[in-house]
Amino acid sequence: MLKIKDLHASIDDKEILKGINLEVKAGEVHAIMGPNGSGKSTLSAVIAGKEEFEVTQGSVELDGDDLDEVAPEERAHKGVFLSFQYPVEIPGVSVTNFIKTAINESRKARGLEEMPANEMLKMIREKSELLDIDRKFLSRSLNEGFSGGEKKRNEIFQMAMLEPKLAILDETDSGLDIDALRIVANGVNKLKSKDNAVIVITHYQRLLEYIVPDFVHVLHNGKIVKSGGKELALELEEKGYDWIKNEAVV
Amino acid sequence: MAYTEEELKKELETKEYEYGFYTDIESDTLPVGLNEEIIIAISKKKEEPDWMTAWRLEAFKHWKEMEEPDWANVHYKKPDFQAISYYSAPNKKPKYNSLDEVDPELLETFKKLGISVDEQKKLAGVAVDIVMDSVSVATTFKKTLAEKGIIFCSISEAIKEHPELVKKYIGTVVPQRDNFYAALNSAVFSDGSFCYIPKGVRCPMELSTYFRINQAGTGQFERTLVIADEGSYVSYLEGCTAPSRDENQLHAAVVELIALDDAEIKYSTVQNWFPGDKEGKGGVFNFVTKRGLCEKNAKISWTQVETGSAVTWKYPSCVLKGDNSIGEFYSIAVTNNFQQADTGTKMVHLGKNTRSTIISKGISAGKSQNSYRGLVQVNSRAENARNFSQCDSLLMGNECGAHTFPYIEAKNKSAQIEHEATTSKIGEDQIFYCNQRGIDTEKAIALIVNGFSKEVLNKLPMEFAVEAQKLLEISLEGSVG
Ligand SMILES: Nc1ncnc2c1ncn2[C@@H]1O[C@H](COP(=O)(O)OP(=O)(O)OP(=O)(O)O)[C@@H](O)[C@H]1O
Ligand SMILES: [Mg+2]
Repeated sequence: MLKIKDLHASIDDKEILKGINLEVKAGEVHAIMGPNGSGKSTLSAVIAGKEEFEVTQGSVELDGDDLDEVAPEERAHKGVFLSFQYPVEIPGVSVTNFIKTAINESRKARGLEEMPANEMLKMIREKSELLDIDRKFLSRSLNEGFSGGEKKRNEIFQMAMLEPKLAILDETDSGLDIDALRIVANGVNKLKSKDNAVIVITHYQRLLEYIVPDFVHVLHNGKIVKSGGKELALELEEKGYDWIKNEAVV
Repeated sequence: MAYTEEELKKELETKEYEYGFYTDIESDTLPVGLNEEIIIAISKKKEEPDWMTAWRLEAFKHWKEMEEPDWANVHYKKPDFQAISYYSAPNKKPKYNSLDEVDPELLETFKKLGISVDEQKKLAGVAVDIVMDSVSVATTFKKTLAEKGIIFCSISEAIKEHPELVKKYIGTVVPQRDNFYAALNSAVFSDGSFCYIPKGVRCPMELSTYFRINQAGTGQFERTLVIADEGSYVSYLEGCTAPSRDENQLHAAVVELIALDDAEIKYSTVQNWFPGDKEGKGGVFNFVTKRGLCEKNAKISWTQVETGSAVTWKYPSCVLKGDNSIGEFYSIAVTNNFQQADTGTKMVHLGKNTRSTIISKGISAGKSQNSYRGLVQVNSRAENARNFSQCDSLLMGNECGAHTFPYIEAKNKSAQIEHEATTSKIGEDQIFYCNQRGIDTEKAIALIVNGFSKEVLNKLPMEFAVEAQKLLEISLEGSVG
């Protein structure tokens, strides 16, 4: 589904991604871990098409198509979803209005009619129940005054509504309390199928107990320096990153 | 590159005026220039009584001694008042009973504007009094209104048929000598609307007028007078668009609202006059005096969405004369390219326990300048007056400006006055967030702007809010994709 080859990306002439290779197939869950500032969020932004970052080398392919010239909204229409580490506020725009616009824009791009209101309502009801979201919450301005955990839950609600092919969850677990973590993780698992894929960026093994990864990658200084199975996450939790950093230097 | 300031700027500049066309309807126009003879001629053409002619001449006398104000934060070439023709009326004057009788070209004009009269008539409870180049050419729903004793007609008609009402109230809120433009208007006003709601009557529909400037070189001097008698209620809508023109078009309207004891007037405006091309040429000069007077327990709300005009100078105000009266001002002003707007409001608290609310949303793009100017005045006798003001500015790009000038004059110690102001910018992060959810940049800007303006949009009647939203999008969106 997603094929990243020798990806280099920089901002203001500062290289941040320094040759990333990653392949994600349908039905898989990949976890990306790594120290602060190693480039995890940058990688997810580049996949989503944030144009501030300049891709200087390598490529990102989705279902065999090079995404280089593809605008961020078109990537979204192709099924790429990013749950932001720091979701932005849009004052005066309700969660419902925002998600309705997002869904209908994607449908329009696919040549479909707008989703009928009753269908939309039904879907909103289902997904908000799945994620245990209070309906009152949906009429509030997007992310404005939301607590850290509420923001993250709202990201996953949007993911549930948009049913993406490839979901990238950038530290969705940080800020969630223990119950919320379980609810959100269960939600993600329910949405998982053999046709879609998830990339989970996290610092903690805990989330991976719920969303069990097929592969774990360690990003350090703009490169994937180690990949393994889910047991790698446990090892990292125990030993930290130093041993890998040292290994990488060698 | 990302959606940079540069690109945002460029995109905003590429929006051409959508309604730039000109309807060719034969007109009956007076020669250019302004003197007593012209004023007498206007009055005669309109078959006015002598007292009206005298009133106009008195205004002219004041005007000659006045100077055009220059304290506003706007810069423009002063109009040559002698180069303007002060009267132009469509040739085919008769009133129509049905749409079939209306000039098809006029109907075509409304179609282009997306405001088909047909549709309007069907729309629940909207009576449309269309002011086309100074003379009302169609009035609908008159009968329903008449049954309730409501008078809704052109001001010319009112002068003839309800002289006692006009004579009693005209100039009581905006006197002839109030300011330069008001004096000019009083001398030469061509037409406008008149509305009277009798005691205790709730007007069953939104009264609505579409203004349109249509004759090359003709200034438009509308005069509107709305009187809500004791305990009555009316919601009044005013909306306008104008065709593109090379020379500047002057517009100096006067609107007077009178809310007697326990009455309420809601006055909503959507204004979309030609703002000038992207070099800043052409465009309408809009110098408007709007003021309402509240008697005891009365309430007046001004709601406006301003997207047009090259230069706007406009301060809908409330004089809270009666005890417990309420004044409200909700405004969205959008400026783009080289537009200049100096708008705001004046709340004059004279009575006890008077309250006022001001919510102003300014959106600036391109090289435009958007100023809010507000005055809250509390008289020494106005015990327990309260005001809340909130002025928010949204900037797009680095070349535009937003300015806030809040003035407060409180002569009574019990006054409670609160003022809040914010300035924000549409961020690349907000746009990327929308993009990531499949919303393109154009739509994203519309969404963000609508969100920013929501508190004011919510104050508009439903149909009007939809139109206003469309206007906001039109005036800010570019041709992305
Ligand atoms: N807009 C930017 N301008 C300059 N430097 C940037 C920008 N965005 C990211 N960087 C830098 O790129 C590096 C990688 O940042 P990134 O956010 O991708 O790290 P991360 O792995 O997600 O870290 P964390 O675990 O703290 O979220 C950091 O050194 C950061 O300062
Ligand atoms: Mg990060």
